Amino acid sequence: METPDVHGADGLLGEVEEAEADLRSAASRDLEGTASFEAIVAADQKIEPRDVMPEAYRKGLIRQIAQHAHSEIIGMQPEGNWITRAPSLRRKAILLAKVQDEAGHGLYLYAAAETLGVTRDELTEALLNGRQKYSSIFNYPTLTWADMGAIGWLVDGAAIVNQVPLCRCSYGPYARAMIRVCKEESFHQRQGYQSLYVLANGSPAQRAMAQDAVDRWWYPSLAMFGPPDTESTHSAQSMEWKIKRFSNDDLRQRFVDMCVPQAEILGLTLPDPDLRWNEERGHYDFTQPDFEELMRVVKGDGPCNRQRMTHRRRAHSDGAWVREAAQAYAEKARAAKGASREEVMA
Amino acid sequence: MTSEPLWEVFVRPRRGLSHTHVGSLHAPDARLALRHARDLYTRRQEGVSIWVVPAAEITASSPDEKDSFFDPAADKIYRHPTFYELPEGVQHL
Repeated sequence: METPDVHGADGLLGEVEEAEADLRSAASRDLEGTASFEAIVAADQKIEPRDVMPEAYRKGLIRQIAQHAHSEIIGMQPEGNWITRAPSLRRKAILLAKVQDEAGHGLYLYAAAETLGVTRDELTEALLNGRQKYSSIFNYPTLTWADMGAIGWLVDGAAIVNQVPLCRCSYGPYARAMIRVCKEESFHQRQGYQSLYVLANGSPAQRAMAQDAVDRWWYPSLAMFGPPDTESTHSAQSMEWKIKRFSNDDLRQRFVDMCVPQAEILGLTLPDPDLRWNEERGHYDFTQPDFEELMRVVKGDGPCNRQRMTHRRRAHSDGAWVREAAQAYAEKARAAKGASREEVMA
Repeated sequence: MTSEPLWEVFVRPRRGLSHTHVGSLHAPDARLALRHARDLYTRRQEGVSIWVVPAAEITASSPDEKDSFFDPAADKIYRHPTFYELPEGVQHL
């Protein structure tokens, strides 16, 4: 298996650009005649919506893209919590833009999932009734303003490390959505890091608040890469179909290797006494997150699961009258147009 | 739940370039589709003009017929200028 290189944010953005360039160059290579699904995947070309594909590929992608979309939508809540309490107008504008981006990312991804034959209503329903999941990270509370910084740096950082390889996914609409998402996501990570840097260099109280946020978000961020490779159920097939490119453990290692020097520049401590450079491996050794806690949170028993779902259901039902009004208006306008056309015909 | 129709979104990034497909969205009518498209696909000045097209109105060729549909063009290489060998020395041709 390939081992991902260690890159900073610039390196990751460079990889997104490379994935985009490769997508174009692969598209220009000619495949002889009507290529089979396997031949298209082997040639690193993209499978497109109306192509023939194995049913398990289609179903697996719907599950993965839907979970990703739901995560973006639920992910608006922990940060939305601080919009009205941002310390300055500048920080408030940045946070608003970021939360709006999360909504946008959710919508790009829902659209990509819909190309596989599932409807938006089915996806919305599956989130609201809990049949489909979202990332466990959003079930943790945002207790202080410093959490906005820690989330940008660590949570969005982990998301980018997970998502950059998806820019090369074999399914065209997902790969294209991910390229767009990753380009926007890097603003999220940088604003978080910069905000945390300001706090870390502020008053002793601000510094303590920044350290506390890092202490709370470090292990849940490591858990975002999923269970260890030995227990990951979907991985092998996903790799073969070029949906997934690296294993959970490889990506987690890559994230740790990136974060250690970044934490040093912040002057903050990652809460792991066993974190140290391993000369032989060329990587940092670190303490694994509590995977039992991860499974508990995934199953619905995290600190905020019920709050997040209640809020999402309420937002959906409170917004129903807006959707109904817009629909009624559209129907009325169509009826009026139809009537005037009939007059012309008569 | 009543489903809102699907719209395909095309954006012209700059003057001089053609509209390119960027994605899709749901909206009850064209005017709202246009507004949603602006919010969804041009948050960072990605465009100077947007088209929204009802997805149901698009007629697409089928991938199953890809060969028979596009083959008639495959054996007409004389449509390309590179098919013609020119006598040595001829210019501006």
